[in-house]
Amino acid sequence: MDVQTLTYLFVGLSFALYIGIAVWSRAASTREFYVAGGHVHPIANGMATAADWMSAASFISMAGIIAFMGYDGTVYLMGWTGGYVLLALLLAPYLRKFGQFTVPDFIGTRYYSNTARVVAVASLIVVSFTYIAGQMRGVGIVFSQFLNVDINLGVMIGMAVVFMYAVLGGMKGITYTQVAQYCVLIFAYLVPAIFISLLITDNPVPQLGLGSDVADGSGMSVLDKLDNTLVGLGFGPYTEGTKSTVDVFAITLALMVGTAGLPHVIVRFFTVPKVSDARRSAGYALLFIALLYTTAPAVGAFARLNFVETVHDTQYSEIDPWFRSWEDIGLIGWLDKNHDGAIQYGPGAPFEGRPSFSEARGLLGERKVVNVPAAGPNEVYVDRDIMVLANPEIASLPGWVIALVAAGAVAAALSTAAGLLLVISASVSHDLIKNTFARQITDRQELLYARLAAAVAIGVAGYLGINPPGFVAQVVAFAFGLAAASLFPAIMMGIFSRRMNREGAIAGMVSGLLFTFCYIVYFKFVAPQHNSADHWWFGISPEGIGALGALLNFIVAIMVSWFTPAVPEQIRTLVESIRVPRSTGEVSGST
Amino acid sequence: MTDRDNAQSYGARAYWRANLKLTAVLLAIWFVVSFGFGILLVEPLNRITFFGFKLGFWWAQQGSIYMFVLLIFVYTVCMHRLDRKYDVHEDPDTEEPRGD
Repeated sequence: MDVQTLTYLFVGLSFALYIGIAVWSRAASTREFYVAGGHVHPIANGMATAADWMSAASFISMAGIIAFMGYDGTVYLMGWTGGYVLLALLLAPYLRKFGQFTVPDFIGTRYYSNTARVVAVASLIVVSFTYIAGQMRGVGIVFSQFLNVDINLGVMIGMAVVFMYAVLGGMKGITYTQVAQYCVLIFAYLVPAIFISLLITDNPVPQLGLGSDVADGSGMSVLDKLDNTLVGLGFGPYTEGTKSTVDVFAITLALMVGTAGLPHVIVRFFTVPKVSDARRSAGYALLFIALLYTTAPAVGAFARLNFVETVHDTQYSEIDPWFRSWEDIGLIGWLDKNHDGAIQYGPGAPFEGRPSFSEARGLLGERKVVNVPAAGPNEVYVDRDIMVLANPEIASLPGWVIALVAAGAVAAALSTAAGLLLVISASVSHDLIKNTFARQITDRQELLYARLAAAVAIGVAGYLGINPPGFVAQVVAFAFGLAAASLFPAIMMGIFSRRMNREGAIAGMVSGLLFTFCYIVYFKFVAPQHNSADHWWFGISPEGIGALGALLNFIVAIMVSWFTPAVPEQIRTLVESIRVPRSTGEVSGST
Repeated sequence: MTDRDNAQSYGARAYWRANLKLTAVLLAIWFVVSFGFGILLVEPLNRITFFGFKLGFWWAQQGSIYMFVLLIFVYTVCMHRLDRKYDVHEDPDTEEPRGD
């Protein structure tokens, strides 16, 4: 069978599995729809959390980003894992004890205020929608590259599948689908990584292969060789960064705190039966995530080494076929600036912007790039996203591995999209409709609203996937900054401070959110020409400003709480009860 | 307040203090392995070679993540003991039946 047929088969089979699970696990009550009835086993919840968390960005883009950033890629590796420590130690067990359905539920109840609840819903919706548009786009891209269907048709197929299991099954359907999706995606990530590690270092474990010697008899380790090769081409060494220490620090912190404040991750810990399960489950979640996140830096380094060695100073007429197939899709572009028929690779942009091609082909059969050439010697444009997707081809792996990677990438994008859709629909139906505007509706009506909200949210997400606003890619990283600056401090103080009151929490959330939002908008959209370390506050880039926003949230909240009325007695009792695992009867459960 | 409530809230307060202490210790380790070894001290550590890695680079891209996983499991075990020591663990009788 050819790769195309295999890919259809693998992706088709995985879809059949997901829909089968959806039909088997239909949600019958709001409790099942929002938190899967609270019956999910901690290990299953760990897998579901891992799939929920690892999006198209983790699966497709991250190793590529690390490949080209080297040490600086650390911000994503530590930032997107370290947050689970904060989540496990500071939030998850207490929120599970509180035992409601949504994050705004906690904030609204703890701060005895519908205003606080609505502010939380607003933050949640902004954060989740910026995140979800990228996921639907990811589904479309995978479809178009592996199945030769139109990107828009790909987005619509993805919408239809998510609709089936998210609207029917709610959290229950999503949870068990995500368990399956985790298995598909981790297998699809590890298999090519193991093959490539064997190919380059003779060591089958990528995490160890990264520190091993290259299997070409040179006796150099992978990282030394990569450092030498890149320095030889005029790049900085791979193992040293170019970002300032303060910026690396701030971005890592913002991503960690943001991770702990992301509603679709937090809500997963509402689905386990007990407080102790919430703690264990966070450990399993991070273990399953770490499996991919410790492999990614190895994949990145191998891919970069492989890429440089295959491409640099190679005659175009003798280049490996994968180079041409990605050139055909437009994610690689080559401009023979010195007219020697060979490809030179080096630092700096080869030409201005993304490549645009004319219809004509050059003498060697290459696609003609019509962009204005840039000054440096580099002749190659390469889209960072192709590293994971092209790796199996670069390493000449069999067709079924390529098909597997396609199924894995789709699983990663769909699982995250579904998790996000669920928190959006739950916060609309539960927090806005049930708890703010129409308190008298029955459980059945609320369930209907939840399904409607999920359907509408899928429609909006699909629209954003088909017509992506130009800024989506830039904004996804900022979802973390916003979550860090608004939700995390409010939740944490709600647990660890008995004195934090309504006024303080609202003032803190609003100031953190506004500050972070304005800083990002100023440097990204209003005055992008100033977006450099000379103009940043304390040398912190817009990506890392969420760390400062969170700090501001804490400071404002504490100061305001000193000058405003104290917390009512029943709220102090509530805080004391969520700090203790054993139920005393008044808080736990829902109905 | 009855005597029983008093006793309970005294126990709960001691439990909470022990909990805060544990959390603070683990978060200090969390900070040292990630922000300390992986970012602030990365240059001096990079002069040391560790299984083919520069040590600072290893902490940044591998070691810190292993430590994060370990920290959560250590927390889980220690909290389990604290829950029992202060007798605030969840009663197995009130646990809801599993769905599967």
